Amino acid sequence: MNEHLDGNVLAGALRELFTVDITTATGQCVACGTTGALGQARVYPDAPGMVARCRSCDEIVLRYVRAPDRAWLDLRGITCLQVQLPE
Amino acid sequence: MARAAVLGRLTWQVGTVTEVRDETPTARTLVLDVPDWTGHQAGQHVDVRLTAPDGYSAQRSYSIASPPGGTKLELTVQRLEDGEVSPYLAETLAPGDPLELRGPIGGWFVWTPADPGPVLLVAGGSGIVPLMAMIRARAGSGNRAPFRLVYSVRSADAALYAAELADRARTDAGLELSYVYTRSAPPGWPGPAGRINAGILTAGRPAPPGTAVFICGPTGFVEAAANLLIDAGQDAQTIKTERFGPSGGQP
Repeated sequence: MNEHLDGNVLAGALRELFTVDITTATGQCVACGTTGALGQARVYPDAPGMVARCRSCDEIVLRYVRAPDRAWLDLRGITCLQVQLPE
Repeated sequence: MARAAVLGRLTWQVGTVTEVRDETPTARTLVLDVPDWTGHQAGQHVDVRLTAPDGYSAQRSYSIASPPGGTKLELTVQRLEDGEVSPYLAETLAPGDPLELRGPIGGWFVWTPADPGPVLLVAGGSGIVPLMAMIRARAGSGNRAPFRLVYSVRSADAALYAAELADRARTDAGLELSYVYTRSAPPGWPGPAGRINAGILTAGRPAPPGTAVFICGPTGFVEAAANLLIDAGQDAQTIKTERFGPSGGQP
């Protein structure tokens, strides 16, 4: 499908890998330098797999594919992910 | 800022349906008892998984309708004509039945009573669900920040929570409610049916400084509403969006 969703839709899938909510983490787009929360990215959920694109320049920032017994995570378009943690 | 918490691994849990409530002819609310529910924030969702006897499973996300703090978890499910999951949830599932779910999920599209600023909520169709959790959370807290809801529905009989919203517009101080009817307006409605526009979104006045915006609905609706607000001068960084696609898989 061509309609995109929001980065929020990645939250459940990525919580299988991370113990924090990555959609509230901020990252910088490798291609254009825009900084934003992953929850703000455009996500194409049936690409196949999930493909997240920068909301400013539309370059791919993240790809995620889940199989029954493994997952592939490609963070090619994100540099320096900043994650809030409790002190 | 979003809650900073180490959450632990997200695992599937089994809840039990304790009550079902019809909201419209095609949508109903499931009230669930989920043992060891860790609590949630208004705006979060859960993943629901149905598994057939042959092992085939289908998974969808549904926004949480109930406010934080309660012992019961409420999901409102809109039945989709060709849906794979929603007809079962909206028609077949009955009190006493188990339902597999995991959550709460998503820390971006959330509102907490600690947020002091004014809020504009924009809902398209069943996009009202997470925004209703925010309205209910505000009512249950001491927060009296101005809340304005613009709710776009096809017709009056498609509106979720209509009676509760009418009550709250009278009793919840600072809550303002505006409907948009896209196909047919109810009798006596001042004006024709039509799509959402800038005049309705802004109520003809600049948004109060510091207004946070939450928009939830189908992709096209969210896109249109966000663009109208940005054109009207709303800072894009203050707008949080949650789109759901044609499969109805919220968010």
